[in-house]
Amino acid sequence: MAPIFAYIAHNDGVIDETALELLAAARKIDAEAPVTAVVAGHGPGLHAAAGALATAYETVWKFSHEALAYPNAEALRPVLVSALPAGAIVLMIHDTFAMDLAPGLAVKRSAAYVSDVVDIRGMEDGTLGVVRQEFGGQVGSRVAVESAGGMVVTCRAGSFAPAAPAIAGTVEDKSGEIGVVAAKRRFLERVVPEAGDVDITKEEVLVAVGRGIEAEENIDLAVELAKSMGAAVACSRPIVDARWLEHSRQVGTSGQTVKPKVYLACGISGSFQHMGGIKGNPFIVAINKNPGAPIFQVADVGIVADVLEFLPALTEAVQRAR
Amino acid sequence: MEILVCVKRVPGTLENEIKLNAAKDDIERDDLVYSVNEWDNYAVEEAIQTVDRLGGSVTVVTVGDEEAEEVLRRELAMGAQKALLLNDPAFAGLDGRGVATVLAAAAKRGGYDLILTGAQADDGAAQVGGMLAAMLDYPYASLVNKVEVTNGKALRISREVEGGAREISEIELPCVLSIQTGINEPRYVGIRGLRQVASADIPCLGAADLGLDDGALAPRVRREAYFMPEPGMGAEMLEGDTEAIIARLLEMLKDKGGLK
Ligand SMILES: Cc1cc2nc3c(=O)[nH]c(=O)nc-3n(C[C@H](O)[C@H](O)[C@H](O)COP(=O)(O)OP(=O)(O)OC[C@H]3O[C@@H](n4cnc5c(N)ncnc54)[C@H](O)[C@@H]3O)c2cc1C
Repeated sequence: MAPIFAYIAHNDGVIDETALELLAAARKIDAEAPVTAVVAGHGPGLHAAAGALATAYETVWKFSHEALAYPNAEALRPVLVSALPAGAIVLMIHDTFAMDLAPGLAVKRSAAYVSDVVDIRGMEDGTLGVVRQEFGGQVGSRVAVESAGGMVVTCRAGSFAPAAPAIAGTVEDKSGEIGVVAAKRRFLERVVPEAGDVDITKEEVLVAVGRGIEAEENIDLAVELAKSMGAAVACSRPIVDARWLEHSRQVGTSGQTVKPKVYLACGISGSFQHMGGIKGNPFIVAINKNPGAPIFQVADVGIVADVLEFLPALTEAVQRAR
Repeated sequence: MEILVCVKRVPGTLENEIKLNAAKDDIERDDLVYSVNEWDNYAVEEAIQTVDRLGGSVTVVTVGDEEAEEVLRRELAMGAQKALLLNDPAFAGLDGRGVATVLAAAAKRGGYDLILTGAQADDGAAQVGGMLAAMLDYPYASLVNKVEVTNGKALRISREVEGGAREISEIELPCVLSIQTGINEPRYVGIRGLRQVASADIPCLGAADLGLDDGALAPRVRREAYFMPEPGMGAEMLEGDTEAIIARLLEMLKDKGGLK
């Protein structure tokens, strides 16, 4: 029975809501194994985070160090490499910090690595069965991970129903085990995005365009439709990468979180990073020419059509209906 | 600055509707359109721009079969100076660690100051760059969306974090960075450019050349099967002619508050 450790992110003491999802994932790996929450940082925020975790996890390991005040994967990795027992299973949420930390952690611990796991089938004969998605979510894959040398597993946020125990766990201060922290990467500052001309986070109806719009001049088709509906135009990331719309229009994990009543996704495949920015359970209409597009699994209504033809037709119909 | 950029040939998701083969152990590859992994193109563009400013050279490398040569040629046409193909029957069925092991062995022979990868590829794993860095004992940063060379010994970089925020840090050279889309605008590659590099020499190295035995490459993560997501759990599909679909959609939009 390998011990399981869940690394939990916190924002100045506020625990990420995914902390309990990792606990649920741990139970799916092994319902009996001891599960320890690991939290790192510096100052009162760290203390608060550890305390909050101890209401759900039996044991919480706390690593306090100035160099860990801002999550720096290069500084944290050696700490975890030496503190965790051999053969341990390490869980993390597949976020931008995990992408920094987890692959190198697996190498340095000689552990197997599997990322962005959406489901866990359980342990059998020393291998862990997990489910992933590939090709932007178009297909699923069943993957077997050898557990003999330990594992590092990152889980997709929102994929595991959060466990909800209420216990009185203990916090162990492990700061004494931190050696010299000399990271070759030094954090300087954090810059938050500037506001754009339209605040899509406050709009009730959004017409969102993705790469299926194909060319910059076709963005007008969405602008016209939005105008006729009294909606605002939003977009997926490739549209911003191509500089066709400003970043403040981007919906997703690295863009804006929106809470509209109605969301029209036009030529958007439905990657989890895009859908991660849509909250509040809106009525989602997906228009996509690929019947296998993953967005049809999460939309309320799907239309298989070419957006370049469909959007003008819809605009005309909306105008006529007025 | 000597820069190595790791690239991968992948099926484009815009052109292709992905289907499974009969055995369900792979996707149906016969009619797929392949191209270079989207993120890798940004990495190559960043490398070319950096070398344009500071001098040095860009080498593109891939682990793949003969067909993967086409993406190396494409990146040569884009402006990379050298290409390297890592091809061996022993490289079939590698897991992410195996790919990183092969790349690390190649990187060690080159003495590169900077190694770039794309943030992720078709499997969405986002793993090769971080593993490669750990194997080389180089510092690493993922999801980099800005690179500035400060003093020749370090870079000032920006990483993308959640919510569109950026995290600025300094990282010592040599290092490995995974590049996020949006960092630049990858240049267009035309037929003429491709023709110019059609006969460029692309060296190929195998497991023996790199000093790798099967033990070092044995996968610990194996894909057992592919499956298509369950149909039926998703959307109500509107079918029929466009007029009928639009009429029904308008009713729904009115009902849900979509027409203001
Ligand atoms: C760390 C990280 C953060 C990210 N953050 C975000 C984020 O915040 N927001 C975001 O959106 N993405 C984000 N991404 C990118 C994400 O993974 C996807 O690459 C992106 O969302 C895809 O955008 P898309 O759906 O517009 O394009 P694609 O995935 O290329 O899909 C285009 C779709 O259009 C369809 N199509 C093509 N032509 C037509 C046509 N004529 N008519 C109708 N349909 C058509 C295609 O069938 C396809 O389904 C992030 C990625 C990473 C790694």
